[in-house]
Amino acid sequence: MRRAENRTNWWLILASVVAGLVLAIMPLPDVVDPFRPDWLLLFVIYWSLRTPRSAGLAFATVCGLALDVVKGTILGQYALGFLFAGFVTHRLQLRMRIFPIWHQAFTVLMMLGLFQFLTFWIDGITGNAVTTWRRWLPILTGALLWPAVVAVMDGLSRTRR
Amino acid sequence: MATLSSDSRPIIGRGPSLGLRFFVLAILCIALMVLDHRQGHLERVREWLSVATYPVTWIVEAPFRAWDWLAAGVADRTRLRERNAQLEAELRIANLRLQRFAALEEENRRLRAIREASNGVAERTLVAAILRIDLDPFRHRVRIDKGVVDGVYKGQPLLDARGVFGQIDTVGRHTAEAILISDAEHAIPVQVNRNGLRTIAVGTGDLTRLSLPFLTVDADLRQGDLLVSSGMGGVFPRGYPVGTVSKIDRNSSAAFAVVEAAPLAALDRDREVLLIWPEQTFQEESPVVAEGTTGEAPAEASE
Repeated sequence: MRRAENRTNWWLILASVVAGLVLAIMPLPDVVDPFRPDWLLLFVIYWSLRTPRSAGLAFATVCGLALDVVKGTILGQYALGFLFAGFVTHRLQLRMRIFPIWHQAFTVLMMLGLFQFLTFWIDGITGNAVTTWRRWLPILTGALLWPAVVAVMDGLSRTRR
Repeated sequence: MATLSSDSRPIIGRGPSLGLRFFVLAILCIALMVLDHRQGHLERVREWLSVATYPVTWIVEAPFRAWDWLAAGVADRTRLRERNAQLEAELRIANLRLQRFAALEEENRRLRAIREASNGVAERTLVAAILRIDLDPFRHRVRIDKGVVDGVYKGQPLLDARGVFGQIDTVGRHTAEAILISDAEHAIPVQVNRNGLRTIAVGTGDLTRLSLPFLTVDADLRQGDLLVSSGMGGVFPRGYPVGTVSKIDRNSSAAFAVVEAAPLAALDRDREVLLIWPEQTFQEESPVVAEGTTGEAPAEASE
């Protein structure tokens, strides 16, 4: 029984990862571009909460690495950011699952912040610092979109099952 | 979200602990970054990884490709004929100019040969399309649809019909990433076409401006001067137009003038760019380069 459950999940997980990668590089108008949330990270956090055993730390790292390749950043930068966010999620997952949704969104805000700060920091070390304040906007949009992500993903995994 | 499936119980007593796994993976990531950052030991790895993620790029491009295909399909005959006539007229003019240039080039080659300092005119070129992909809103980078299999290499110059566009930064199997001359991390050695004054044009992060920070207040420079690539540094071949001087601010109390140039290449509008393979190896010339750019050397290539 668990087997069948995992199987449906894997399809959805894979689909969401591909969707996350596509959304990360999809061309957007210049005005909206700085607001682009870190979709893939939102999905990774979602799966880390929902199926922590399937979507472990290695999963988060591999997703980050895929984003590194797709976006052409230094290999390991997003991977490390994803790993940190994934680790925090796993530590908090039992508590986070019973948070009300706005509280959850706030926790996600913290994790996105941690992720962005790490990326910012690595950018600085490798000499590619982007210091404009607009680079922090994805944190906000990501947290605001969290309830929607949860709703859509919950809906999708229910219909698939 | 709050449903507790069989998968929700904590992972105690199964495999290594969360902290240990985190630690190992973090070390791995950091090792990866160090390897990638230090002179790119991972170029081959990245090259192949890019193949694995190519489907993602393809998906993003698909709607645009479909639209182009549709648009081409429904373009009516008269418009195509008009366009054809227009292009033919342009071609005639271009050919006329080329004839003159061919003679000039021949003469130039002869003169250079006499000076024993012939410096590459592009020998081989290849048209590459810019993929419609947003890499980073704060950097001027683009991805093109040509990679290692087409002979693209790191540091390869990129031109468009009007001037220098940028250079290749990382290469994958079928795609490559280029950094534009306007990126804040890019610098290109240039020369004022009128008098041969050499300097460096640094990107500003603004598509319409390049900055020339190393010119003294009394440098011989005028508004509208054409800047061409000087061929120093061995990345860009010499003599391709880069920009025109758009602003000169000579404040006599400062040592350096504030000079800005407008890039000639249509950095934000191009869909097609030209990859070129300069015909000459630059090693032969390196002593000249070293002599010409002392003090400016750190800034000349990108990164």
